[in-house]
Amino acid sequence: MDIRKITIIGGYDKHGIKEPVEQIDVRPGEMFGVVGPTGSGKSSLISDIEQMAQGDTFSRRRVLLDDRVPSYETRTDPRKKMIAQISQNMSFLADMSVGDFLHLHAKCRGVRTSQVREVLRLANTLTGEPIREDYNLTILSGGQSRALMVADVAVISDSPIVLIDEVENAGIRKHEALNALVGNGKIVMVVTHDPVLALMTEKRIVMKNGGMRTLIDTTQGETELLESLKSIDGLLLRLREKVRSGESFDGNGQIRDVLMQTLYPKTRNEETA
Amino acid sequence: MKLIVVAGTPGSGKTAVLVHALKILGESGHRCSVVKVDCLYTDDDKRFGKLNIPVMVGLSKDMCPDHFAIYNLNEMLEWAKKNESDCLILETAGLCHRCAPYSKECLGVCVADATAGPNTPLKLGPFLSTADFVVVTKGDMISQAEREIFREKILEVNPKCAILEANGLSGQGCAAFSEAMLKANDVSDSEDRLRHSAPLAVCTLCVGETRINKEYHRGVLRKIDGFQTYVGE
Repeated sequence: MDIRKITIIGGYDKHGIKEPVEQIDVRPGEMFGVVGPTGSGKSSLISDIEQMAQGDTFSRRRVLLDDRVPSYETRTDPRKKMIAQISQNMSFLADMSVGDFLHLHAKCRGVRTSQVREVLRLANTLTGEPIREDYNLTILSGGQSRALMVADVAVISDSPIVLIDEVENAGIRKHEALNALVGNGKIVMVVTHDPVLALMTEKRIVMKNGGMRTLIDTTQGETELLESLKSIDGLLLRLREKVRSGESFDGNGQIRDVLMQTLYPKTRNEETA
Repeated sequence: MKLIVVAGTPGSGKTAVLVHALKILGESGHRCSVVKVDCLYTDDDKRFGKLNIPVMVGLSKDMCPDHFAIYNLNEMLEWAKKNESDCLILETAGLCHRCAPYSKECLGVCVADATAGPNTPLKLGPFLSTADFVVVTKGDMISQAEREIFREKILEVNPKCAILEANGLSGQGCAAFSEAMLKANDVSDSEDRLRHSAPLAVCTLCVGETRINKEYHRGVLRKIDGFQTYVGE
C-alpha cells in the first residue's frame, strides 16, 4: 500500500500541558530527526507512531495515514503493517536460534524465507564478529543483536515508514545501518543524540518534558557544517577501528594533519602552496 | 450484569492493565466491582481500592484458586448487584496452565507477558486458547520482530481471539482494553457453564496424601510413558 503522508497530531506533555507543536506531516522521501535530552519523551513519540496511537496513549497524540484513522488491521496485522521500528533494545529475549527466529519473522511478515540469508549477510556487514545462523539469539552481544535487528528490519520488515531509535549507541557502523534502513521514497524518523545524524535530516522535532516543543528546519549553514562533521566523524570512526583491532598510537601527529585538513581545508592548501 | 474474567500467569500485568482500564471506565461513569482471587496473599485490593470502587479478595488457601473462583461466582455476582455495579471483574490467580476459568457467557480475557518468550503461547493452554481477548503486555521490552512472532504464536493457539497490546506501566493500550470490556455480555447466573472442563482431580494426592513413594498412590494415575492405570478397589 502506498501512502502519501503520515500526520502526528499533538497531545499533552508530562505536565498535562498542550504540546506547542500541534501537527506534523511527514511525506515519503523525507527524513525527520527527533532530538532532546534523555527522558524528554523521544522514545514515547516513536512508540506512539509505531502503535498509530489514537488518543489512547499517555500523550494522547493521534496518528493519521493520508488524513484518515488507520484501520484496526493496519494497526495490528504485521502483514499489513506500514511501520518498521528499531527500538533502543540491545538484546533479544527470545530463546531460539538466529535462523529459527528469522524464518518465523519472515513467515509473520509474509516474506520469502530465502531472505533470511540476506538478513545475515547484511547484519554481518554492520558488526564486528560474525553472527551465525545456528547461534542462539540470547548469546549475541549488544552490537550483534542491534546489527541483526537493523538487518531484519531492512530486509524482512521492509515498510514505507521507518522509525529508528538511537542507532548510534550500539557500536555498530551507524552510517551503513542508516543506509540499509533508509530506502528511496520512505518516511524516516530518527531519534538521535548524534549531531551528524541530526543534521542529515530535513527537519528535527525538539522534545522537552514529554512534549513536542518546536520543529526546526535544517538550514543551509547546517548542511555545510554537516560536511565538516562527517569528516571529523569519519576520522573518529577510523580511530575507533584502530583501537578495536588492538593498534597503538604515537601522540597527536597521526591526526593533526587530518584534523587541520578537515577544519580549515583552504588555509591548509594555501600554506602548502 | 456483565462479567469479565481475567486470567494470566503471575506477574504478567493483569492487575496493572486492569487498574488503568478501570480508571478509564470509572471516568466515563461505569460502575464496576472487582474480585481478586489468589491463594495465600495479595495486596492487589489496595491497588484497586485507590480507584474508589468496591473490591473483594478471595484467598483459596490450599484449594485450587480457579475451582474456588468458579464455585464462588454466584456469591460474587450477588455482591456486585448489591453494589449497584453493572460490571463484575474477576481477576484470577493464574497459577495453573490446565484451567480456563472462563464461563461461556462472560468475556474471557487472557493477559500474556511478551517477554516470556515466543513459545509461551503454546504452553499457556486453555486460558489462552478459549479467551475472547488477549492483552499482550511488556511489548516495549522486546524488539518489534519478537512482538510480531509472539502475536503469530497466539493466533496459532487461538485464531479467533482479538489481540491488544498494552503497557501496564504507562497505560498505553488500556483504553482499547476498557472498550473491549464494555462489549461483554450480561450473564445469566443460573444457566452459564464453563468453556473448558476443570482439571482432573482423581488421585490420592488430590485429597491430601503427602508421601511420595508410588505404593501410596491410588486412583487414576498417568505414567510419564503415557500409560494410564487405575490403582485401587
